[in-house]
Amino acid sequence: MTKKLVSAVALALAAAMALTACTSASSAPSPAQQLTIGASLEPPTLDPTGSDAASIPQVLLYNVYETLIKIDNAGKFQPLLAQKWQTSPDRTGYTFTLANATFASGRPVTSKDVAWSLDRVRAGNNVAAASQLSVIKSVSTPNPTTVVVRLTKPSSSWLFAMASTAGIIFDSASTSDFATVPAGSGPYRLARWTKGSDLALDRNNAYWQRKAAFDTVTFRYFTDPNAMNSALLSGGLDVISNLQVPQTLPQFADTSRYRVIEGTTNGEVVMSLNNSAKALSDKRVRQAINYAVDRQALVDTVWAGKGTLIGSMVPPTDPWYTDLSQTYPYDPAKARQLLAQAGYSHGLRLRMRLPVVPYATASGQFVASQLADVGIQVTTEELEFPRWLDQVFTKADYDISIVAHVEARDMVRFADPKYYFRYDNPTVTRLVAEADAGSEAQQIAKMKQVAAILANDAAADWLFLLPNLVVTTADVTGVPQNATTLSFDLSSIAKAA
Amino acid sequence: MPNLRRGATRLRIRGPAVTVAIRVAIFLLSLVLASVLIFVVCAALPGDIAQVILGQNATSESLAALRHSLGLDRPLLSRYLDWVGGMLTGDFGTSFFTRLPVADQIATRLAVTGWLVFFGMAVALLVAVPVGMIAAVRRRRLSGAVISGLSQIGLAVPAFWAGILAVFIFAVKLRWLPANGYVPLREDPMQWAAHLVLPVLSLAVVQASVLTRYVRSAIVDVLEEDYIRTARAAGWTRLGALWRHGLRNASISVVTVLGLQLATLFVGAIVIESVFALPGLGQLLLDAVAQRDLMVVQGTVMVLVFAVLVVNTAVDLSYVALDPRIRTARR
Repeated sequence: MTKKLVSAVALALAAAMALTACTSASSAPSPAQQLTIGASLEPPTLDPTGSDAASIPQVLLYNVYETLIKIDNAGKFQPLLAQKWQTSPDRTGYTFTLANATFASGRPVTSKDVAWSLDRVRAGNNVAAASQLSVIKSVSTPNPTTVVVRLTKPSSSWLFAMASTAGIIFDSASTSDFATVPAGSGPYRLARWTKGSDLALDRNNAYWQRKAAFDTVTFRYFTDPNAMNSALLSGGLDVISNLQVPQTLPQFADTSRYRVIEGTTNGEVVMSLNNSAKALSDKRVRQAINYAVDRQALVDTVWAGKGTLIGSMVPPTDPWYTDLSQTYPYDPAKARQLLAQAGYSHGLRLRMRLPVVPYATASGQFVASQLADVGIQVTTEELEFPRWLDQVFTKADYDISIVAHVEARDMVRFADPKYYFRYDNPTVTRLVAEADAGSEAQQIAKMKQVAAILANDAAADWLFLLPNLVVTTADVTGVPQNATTLSFDLSSIAKAA
Repeated sequence: MPNLRRGATRLRIRGPAVTVAIRVAIFLLSLVLASVLIFVVCAALPGDIAQVILGQNATSESLAALRHSLGLDRPLLSRYLDWVGGMLTGDFGTSFFTRLPVADQIATRLAVTGWLVFFGMAVALLVAVPVGMIAAVRRRRLSGAVISGLSQIGLAVPAFWAGILAVFIFAVKLRWLPANGYVPLREDPMQWAAHLVLPVLSLAVVQASVLTRYVRSAIVDVLEEDYIRTARAAGWTRLGALWRHGLRNASISVVTVLGLQLATLFVGAIVIESVFALPGLGQLLLDAVAQRDLMVVQGTVMVLVFAVLVVNTAVDLSYVALDPRIRTARR
């Protein structure tokens, strides 16, 4: 019996080895029409209303699903499914005129699909998207190409949301399960999703605008960032969508083979300070912490010097950005002085509770040692992400935490006193509401004010802005420098033949 | 035969049918206990699936509504009975996230891990049995010592490190093989094989080293037995005597180790899957734990436990097949 087994195994193995020998010559279709992208997080579901995971819009937004209007790589609105839109004088009414677009199924995109989709998002499990649309009072469809949306109050953030995940237009006649089979109008369609491994899109040949550049675009998912690097180095990838370990950049130093694109994201790495905790409710203590941390040294140490210092909750791509990074320059002496004034000259103990993600644990160690220098003893605890959501995020049971806030224009979180920052400042709440209701100029002016107040108040310590570090092979062009939305927008990308 | 060591006496008293029955009963009892344990641990895991699905913007009302629609507010006992009852009919429930059947997900992932473990063990055996034999027969010569030394080094190498090294040499530098990823067998058999070579070899290096050492010591024991000396006296060559009389006797202890190693091979496969970005059971399990997709976690762990229990039971039963003294005890 053993002999039989051994010979069977030997045979199978020999066959496998023989097959392997001829793989390098396997015939693939013209490689220029294929693009393979490495990414770190796989979508938990393909339904954008099923979860607010950023990995869903990364693949689907603008590529498979489209919105009425789009945010371009400069952060500006562009027409997409709506060829134009008008705002009523009181700014609570929006009239969208649809372009002559079709879904991948061949059906025309009508106002009914828009109304249906907005309802679907509002009833979905993506609470973030649903709440962004909660300002909608009514949606009417006077004819197949016109959609009129009435709002309960003027809202600029609503229009912005309509250009991202919350504004995705679904094919309302589709009977497929959106969790696994998307039904959109974008330049690509889902070809295959091998869970745990990769997701392939192929060209929507019936696309209503200029056809996509690639026959097939494959997103491959890697839990191990080094495996992703190896894949690019060995020719298994064309693009690393965002380098998770910036320290490994020198591997791609050969400019004849690789291209490195450095830009910004919307991911503010926030060291949150629980504003309702006893010691941290004292502004002087929060200021002391901001003075005590040398953020440039931190970026140099934990993120290979890549990343932008921001000083408040605004990335440089937002219209209301001003450089506030020097509000609290590194000054440990001043930090000690402020702590003494606040009555903590004999030391202070704080609990740092971190989610287990690379930038957070690495930053946490660095911060803890710097805070120890000024007399703040930090006890660090690492929580698995679901526990972190429960303990820190929901129950605000923490003093200090670190997490990246990756959503666009999320400074408004500070206007909610119940959010886990527990930052309760009526002025900020009022200004954010006024900014949302105001004209574009008013919005910019008021949001600038908010950013300055938050920075001066030391409402948190904004450690740095995550960089957009894209590595491609040298033949790939057109990768946007900055990530202004959560989408990995394929529309400008090309590959030399 | 004069040799009655290694528990043969005890087994002879029971007889093979009783041995088999007892083993199967232990197997079933272990399965039930494991299912209870898995369910309780999953239920006690801190962190909440509803919270993970709804994310950073959840409200307490939306959380409660989602928990209700997922059935998470039902009593633990009825959830447990539903789960076990479903599994008996092949229904492992549906994923909280994708709402897809868990059984399908496990089946596709099990295929990947299965190939990995199967080929890993096969390669390890193909290397370990002949090499171990040589090391035993030539244990007083240089070649035997070299094999012993090499297997020591192999033992000390973690599988993931072997994997990283293999990727660096064969994928990044030489570009002979893909660095990572997976292609299903029915899609493209050549690509499938190409993607499995490095992970299988990385896994097999450590296993082969472990097994070589066991094969060697088992054969060394056997070589010192009287019946080998008798066979040699009857004119057999050393290798001939070993082949004719020694292998089966040595196999009992090797099979025991094989069973134990198969369990560690599954664990090793999880690490290897991460290094080689393979969509196997280990990756499924890690992702599901991170997302608190408990149905997937429970189902996957149950399948792994099942596999280990089956192997252990099979090893115990194989003694009956391998040892004629147990088979003939009925007389």
